[in-house]
Amino acid sequence: MDVVNQMQRQFVDYSTSLHREGILDDQFTQLQKLQDENSPDFVVEVASLFFEDCEKLINNMARALEQQGVDFKQVDASVHQLKGSSSSIGAVQVKNVCIAFRSFCEAQNREGCLRCLQQVTHEYSLLKNKLQTLFRLEQQILAAGGSIPVIE
Amino acid sequence: MAAQGRHGGRKSNKMTALVVDDNMVNQTIHHRLLDNLGIENEAVSNGKEAVDIHCSGKTFDLILMDMDMPVMNGIEATRKLREMGIRSMIAGVSTRSMEREVQEFMEAGLDDYQVKPLTVSKLISIIHKING
Repeated sequence: MDVVNQMQRQFVDYSTSLHREGILDDQFTQLQKLQDENSPDFVVEVASLFFEDCEKLINNMARALEQQGVDFKQVDASVHQLKGSSSSIGAVQVKNVCIAFRSFCEAQNREGCLRCLQQVTHEYSLLKNKLQTLFRLEQQILAAGGSIPVIE
Repeated sequence: MAAQGRHGGRKSNKMTALVVDDNMVNQTIHHRLLDNLGIENEAVSNGKEAVDIHCSGKTFDLILMDMDMPVMNGIEATRKLREMGIRSMIAGVSTRSMEREVQEFMEAGLDDYQVKPLTVSKLISIIHKING
């Protein structure tokens, strides 16, 4: 049980650090609270959908920004989508970049948009790595017969 | 509020809801939030699908309507549903927060509006409006 306690402490510390670093906000905690024995994989399922969504939208933005005549409305539509889903999952850094990104779309500033695209790609990769680590810690706890601590 | 069954007869007292959102992340979250509160629900991906599902004879106690969707957006869909005589509670759920945008959505026929992300407490406050 010492091993399980240690893993649980590690999970709590890691989860807390993600909030403290401003990578995740309270919305993610709300999603964790929706997970129960009836839907034990809910958070992983939502995160996977988010990752797929992100990749698709980032590709759309990149393609649109490569065009000779950039269709900023099209870029903005993708950024708006990404802002929505990042906000729903609690991915606050991704969401914040999207807010700035939308301003550059409105100003039809291609350089600004390209910088934001780079930033959003970076924030998304960072978030994906961190969440995959968090989910691995969860799996280790469950495999050792423990339960996932509730983070308030 | 008693729910209409699929063929129009009263089947149960479970509340029913329709999630209208083109984003799969939001659909999944809203579906789970509703499930958690014991509300039978289904999801469609745009305003036209929301209108079509009503044309097929289904009705819902609650409709959670996103604003920005392809094919038919939330404003058009809300207007259309009201024109069809749909009196269900329609709550707009969107990331838009500018007064002018929200007002246009409300004037289309919403009963309530909540800024995304939807949470348990926001959903409960919507449901209280149905029962209140």
